[in-house]
Amino acid sequence: MAWAAAIAVTADATAAPRQLRVCAEPDSMPLSNARGAGFENRMAELIAGELGAELAYAWQPQRRGFVRKTIGADLCDVWIGVPVGFDRLLTTRPYYRSGYVVVTRADAEEPLRSFADPRLAALRIGVQLVGNDLAATPPGLALARAGAVDGVVGYPVYGDGPTAERMSADLAADRLDAAILWGPQAGWFARRDAAGLAVTTLRAPDGFDLPFDFAIAVGVRQSMPALRDEIDSALQRRAREVRALLDAYGIPQLELGAEARAPAPAGESR
Amino acid sequence: MKVHGRAHSIVAACFIAVLLQSPREAGAAANDAVSGDWPTSAHDPQGTRYSPLDQVGTRNVGSLKLAFSFTTGVDRGHEAAPLVIGDTMYLVTPFPNHVYALDLTKPSAPVKWKFDPKPDIGAQGVACCDVVNRGVGYADGRIFVNTLDTQTIALDAASGRELWRVKLGDISRGETITMAPLVVKGKVLVGNSGGELGVRGWLTALDAATGRIAWRAWSTGPDKDVLIGASFKPFYAQDRGTDLGMSTWPGTAWKIGGGNVWGFLSYDPELDLVFYGTGNPGPWNPEQRPGANKWTSGIFARRPDTGEAVWYYQWSPHDLHDYDGVNENVLVDLAIGGQTRRVILHPDRNGYLYVVDRTNGQVLSADPFVPVTTSTRVDLQTGALVYNPAKDPRGGETVRNVCPASPGGKDWQPAAWSPRTRLLYIPHQNLCQDAETYQVSYIAGTPYVGVDMKISPGAGGHRGEFTAWDPVARKKAWALKESFPVWSGALATAGDVVFYGTMEGWFKAVDAKTGALLWQFKTGSGIIGQPISYLGPDGKQYIAVLSGVGGWAGAIVSTGLDARDPLAGGGFVNAMKDLPLQTAKGGTLHVFALP
Repeated sequence: MAWAAAIAVTADATAAPRQLRVCAEPDSMPLSNARGAGFENRMAELIAGELGAELAYAWQPQRRGFVRKTIGADLCDVWIGVPVGFDRLLTTRPYYRSGYVVVTRADAEEPLRSFADPRLAALRIGVQLVGNDLAATPPGLALARAGAVDGVVGYPVYGDGPTAERMSADLAADRLDAAILWGPQAGWFARRDAAGLAVTTLRAPDGFDLPFDFAIAVGVRQSMPALRDEIDSALQRRAREVRALLDAYGIPQLELGAEARAPAPAGESR
Repeated sequence: MKVHGRAHSIVAACFIAVLLQSPREAGAAANDAVSGDWPTSAHDPQGTRYSPLDQVGTRNVGSLKLAFSFTTGVDRGHEAAPLVIGDTMYLVTPFPNHVYALDLTKPSAPVKWKFDPKPDIGAQGVACCDVVNRGVGYADGRIFVNTLDTQTIALDAASGRELWRVKLGDISRGETITMAPLVVKGKVLVGNSGGELGVRGWLTALDAATGRIAWRAWSTGPDKDVLIGASFKPFYAQDRGTDLGMSTWPGTAWKIGGGNVWGFLSYDPELDLVFYGTGNPGPWNPEQRPGANKWTSGIFARRPDTGEAVWYYQWSPHDLHDYDGVNENVLVDLAIGGQTRRVILHPDRNGYLYVVDRTNGQVLSADPFVPVTTSTRVDLQTGALVYNPAKDPRGGETVRNVCPASPGGKDWQPAAWSPRTRLLYIPHQNLCQDAETYQVSYIAGTPYVGVDMKISPGAGGHRGEFTAWDPVARKKAWALKESFPVWSGALATAGDVVFYGTMEGWFKAVDAKTGALLWQFKTGSGIIGQPISYLGPDGKQYIAVLSGVGGWAGAIVSTGLDARDPLAGGGFVNAMKDLPLQTAKGGTLHVFALP
């Protein structure tokens, strides 16, 4: 199966310039947008360059069922950012790990750092809502367990523009006291805001039973392990540029664990 | 024109007759010459799905033959009921919501007109559970169709010409429309879908002549939004108070609280009340929305002219299991305790068959029609569903043997009532689920942990049943086991034959009194549509149903979900892995008659 996929890629290359077919969100800064301004867009360019392939985008919102509706519909073969452990795709070794942050107005008093903060229940706190059956974002559930529900404001990920943008605007307008966001989405809008927003790393509550940080990798069509291996090698060769890119976009990063050092099993097809 | 004119006068007379007819008389109307139409999804505003036609009976149904068929050209789940008005049949496909009018006066019923509403293709991406449409509405020479991208469109029934269209919602926020509109007293009643995504539910009344919004009743929020005023007299204490649609939620969570209106509506012309259910609360995990979360997962009775609420009852307060409350409300009159009571029969997702006094919202009885582990009973003094805390979902914990599963003891698929047998015929599931460990998932650049719902067959190993329920004796009269969930509607007839379809594609006729199988026909794709019966222009009784598997249960076939992924389709795929071996996708209308 691995050979079949590899041959298909090569055969395409003889007939026409090789293509790296990437699906990406058209409006999800700082990750991606249709003008190619996000860090995942820059990652795609870097990988395509390493593979000697032409970059071809299919722009699709990353919504429920996005793998089925994109790679499953043969629009593309690759998503640049998916969590390790996301079993609908083959994944490379992760290229970063991030966690959750609290965004507050820079002029606010001491920012929240933990769920044990006694101010928690009295504050207006924004969190993201994914809206998938009974699913929850870990910080949302942690807030509920800490007794913070009345002041918590949910921002569905379905809506006009990125949730981080909507929450940053509400912070700046004093409609929120704090926003808890997935790290990579927070830094960009905090930095852009003229009023000045502060980003603080948030620790998981003691004994919390859900993951509070995630390692992110490139996701590849399950039938294309050879392409996954090629991209994995490219990421290793260009690790320094990848790191600089993440820093340039203000991505709060945590140490990658052992999973980043383990070589990807060649030709694995789950 | 002459033909159309004749059809319309019959139609108008018929519709008025149906409106004026109380369910008591539904059986007596069997021989009425103008009652051969099927003018609304449920046949009548009371929602009986009972045809007074009796040419097809238990003795001759065995010789039923295919009269004609029609391919819709659409591959997704076909849940709609065709309507028949005079000599024309009207049907709507799943997205892209094409509307067809078929000329029943000619052999093989050629297309009289076709209407393409050209809905926004983006709507497909936000619908939760396949891109279904449950049917068109009709009144006074007009067909009303809802599109997935939240439009309601009025068409001239004779020509298919568009008369007006209005956009009622916003697909970018996850809002869609899948329900069949009901037309009551010159108002087209339409509700929205999308509760999982934070869409706040509403029922909207449109002026049938112009499309202008007459009123909108929200399912959450302050009383003025919910249209709760001086007329509101709920039966139970917990539903009385000011602005409960806000105070039973934390903070501002009601603004994105769900309670969508995507099921069938019914109407009692004598009481002048419209009845409908509200959907599950959303989009929070239950731990994040403490409170009863009014007015979700319950039933409203409203005045059609103004929308004002008259009573409300909550089937599943603080809905923990995504049960919704949208299942149909069938209006019948029953002799209970020596009195004739005007009641609602309501088989809920939570597994109970409710008998509710429709004049005031009092629960007269509530009995489980499937095995239930998530609750122990309904307290008839307080009206409260008594939950079993051992089956409450909790983040990070595994809870096994949760029955019924999230699709419920029964989902959207509507039951039928026969005034002759006085039984309710309920198509339903036999499914339980394990809420297991978390899986890593990802939407819009946000990693999160999904609840790992694995739906599996309930006791006995079969996944579906077709149950005849005696609401006075409060027990099953008989039940048929089916391998797959029975996701089609039911049809009862004056010939004492009851029809339903299976997801493998068997269209079945059974004896209304005993459940004995009398006839069956295998269609090319699984059946999740609503069967109907009508009197053709030739004076013969016809039975019609759309096949075309899909919906939440059948999405493994219609949308190609991966059978190896047990969590796909909200965990339903785990229970439906063998369906692709039994049937293929594709929409076809089948119409049957005696030779």
